[in-house]
Amino acid sequence: MRTVHVQKIVDEVARLCQEACYDLPPDVLKAIEAASSSEKSPLGQGILAKLVENAYLASRERVPCCHDTGIAAVFLEIGQDVHLTGGSLHEAVQEGVRRGYREGCLRKSVVGDPLLRVNTGDNTPAVVHTEIVDGDRITLSVLPKGGGSENMSALSFLLPGEGAGGVKKFVLDTVKNAGGKACPPLVVGVGIGGTFDYVALLAKKALLRRIGTYNKQPHLARLEMELLELINKTGIGPLGLGGSNTALWVAVESFGAHITALPVAVNLQCHAARRKLCTI
Amino acid sequence: MATHRLITPLLDADIEKLHSGDEVLLTGPIYTARDAAHKRLLELLEKKRELPVDLRGQVIYYSGPCPPKPGQVIGSAGPTTAYRMDLFTPAMLEYGVKGTIGKGPRLEKVREACVRYRAVYLAGIGGASALLAKTVKKADIVAYEDLGTEAVHRLEVEDFPLIVAYDIYGGDIYSEGIGKYKEI
Ligand code: SF4
Repeated sequence: MRTVHVQKIVDEVARLCQEACYDLPPDVLKAIEAASSSEKSPLGQGILAKLVENAYLASRERVPCCHDTGIAAVFLEIGQDVHLTGGSLHEAVQEGVRRGYREGCLRKSVVGDPLLRVNTGDNTPAVVHTEIVDGDRITLSVLPKGGGSENMSALSFLLPGEGAGGVKKFVLDTVKNAGGKACPPLVVGVGIGGTFDYVALLAKKALLRRIGTYNKQPHLARLEMELLELINKTGIGPLGLGGSNTALWVAVESFGAHITALPVAVNLQCHAARRKLCTI
Repeated sequence: MATHRLITPLLDADIEKLHSGDEVLLTGPIYTARDAAHKRLLELLEKKRELPVDLRGQVIYYSGPCPPKPGQVIGSAGPTTAYRMDLFTPAMLEYGVKGTIGKGPRLEKVREACVRYRAVYLAGIGGASALLAKTVKKADIVAYEDLGTEAVHRLEVEDFPLIVAYDIYGGDIYSEGIGKYKEI
């Protein structure tokens, strides 16, 4: 049994929130740079070049690359041999977010109640997902999720008979419907299978995967490649102003499903595809 | 596609030169307003009351900046998705606002209102917020301070990079641009 004090969680969450918002992950930056050299639209090339410049500037000056520093999605994979001491884990995560957003001068973009809509002023509550895994380590991932792309995400129950073709159509329709609103080029997270709640989580988890890493299952890796190619033929382009780079990457995660069901969730992620993880 | 250097407030002669897809470098004061500020402004317009700031001839920037770090004029400040303001925009243009800055396509009625009231919708570079904040030389809250990031700020910008999305001739870069590169 390994003991971890919850203060460590507070400190790490606070750090990850800030670093995620300042430093675009290297794989994402590389993908935007590649898009900038392959882009066919001159307007699009100019935009992508500015996004690269923006990312370097933000990182150098330790400021948020995008002003929408999002609602924080926090993923905790906790080894079953870890014993947490010193207080509540849940409160530690929220405190980490509170501190990270305050100290990092990140924008507070969360309302406490979705209907009353009063800003909480500290970016809590964060959405927290915990999972118990093997071992004695904790993996912490922070994904600050901006509203522009999250708002254009979608979920549907297809007929099992619609198969991969139906999934492709639904993903494409979602991307087309989002157009320039979601700040393309996108990272497209796709969840297939599971239940109503779980399929959405799969789609969000897909966004944690590094660009360039395909799904381990060959048929899903093929689906990822085909989807990326299709999405880049829509012509939506950088910021939706037309062009050949609409998505940087597509990641698919799947799970078993009921014999009657083919749930699909598409979680769109803008080019500010921020995420940062650490292991404790 | 042309590049225009313009100074706010925009004159009719400036607006007539702009065509969808043109690039613009904007200098001068612009005003931030988002959902909550729009709601208040519209209520005043409906009651035929005066607005807390005279926005006739001005450009509205849909943006909610980050808090500034010590030494910064403004925190990162990029455009937010424009369609959330579509409900309010025709009335704002009728009142006399000459330009709006945001990101993403909008309702047809906004494109039509741009033609009718001779105003433009300018697309900002969504997500380039650190870079865009550098073009802001001065920032002051001029109304609705209680709204925090959503308060109305007056920003003095210098060479703020934009793309003409909707012009006064009915042009729309979103449909034109996508049409050009669409392969499926
Ligand atoms: S969609 Fe992403 S890049 Fe665009 S404004 Fe929102 S967070 Fe920033």
